[in-house]
Amino acid sequence: MQAKPVTLKILDVFSIITLAVSAYLALVFAPTELVMGDVQRVFYFHIGTAWTALLGFILAAVLSVIYLVSKDLKWDRLQVAAIEVSLVFFFITIVLGSIWARPAWNTWWTWDPRLTTAAVTELIYIAYFMLRQGLDDPERRARFGAVYALIGGLSAPITFFAIRLYRTIHPVVIGGNNPEAEGGFAMSADMRVAFFFALFAFTIIFIDLFWNRVRLGALENKVEQLKLKVTM
Amino acid sequence: MFYQTPTVDTSGYMIAGYAVAFIVMGLYVASLYIRTRNLNRDMETLEEMENSDS
Repeated sequence: MQAKPVTLKILDVFSIITLAVSAYLALVFAPTELVMGDVQRVFYFHIGTAWTALLGFILAAVLSVIYLVSKDLKWDRLQVAAIEVSLVFFFITIVLGSIWARPAWNTWWTWDPRLTTAAVTELIYIAYFMLRQGLDDPERRARFGAVYALIGGLSAPITFFAIRLYRTIHPVVIGGNNPEAEGGFAMSADMRVAFFFALFAFTIIFIDLFWNRVRLGALENKVEQLKLKVTM
Repeated sequence: MFYQTPTVDTSGYMIAGYAVAFIVMGLYVASLYIRTRNLNRDMETLEEMENSDS
């Protein structure tokens, strides 16, 4: 396999540093929220992972369109990488949300519009990988994956806008004024620093993991082609 | 006379949350590493087979 590019090695280190700084800002720098206490601190990672995951699903939908037009399998590999990393991030989002909800709403889960649409989104993309496994032909698998990811990509904006379109107890942190919301709060200046840095940090981490996953996909492709060549 | 409700101690939930976040990310990075290592081994084996055939 080709040696890892220097840029990617630098990005790996930078990702670790930004993650550490983000954790410091969230756990130490940001003040303790008066009503919820320390559990509010999970919010910084919760939003960071949610934001990048939803963007990742939309990116996958865009890559699907490019594949369907170009028929170049490279775009399929990029799409798989985007979905895989986003799936991991969104899983973290959902679990952190549940952990926050227990003390805030006195329940681990409720079938609120935001939580429901988030769970459906996660399941859609878990099914994506399971269904792909059943297809052997790379072209057919890529075509199926592209159409599926394109339609599945609709779930990302639906999840994002759910708290703005429906009655919900999920807080609307930015630009919302929902009287039904429970646990919402206004951010102080220090909280805003931790919040925006978390968004930045998880974007960097997403790009790093995405790049690494794309390289893995390229290696998988080479191994597959070599297997065909050797077995012929 | 003012009485302020003390802030609830929810640090246990915070610790659990961050533990989950780091463990899941760590597991994913580990899975990328293991999958890459396995594919590299497969590649070496296949290249040896290809060379021995030719």
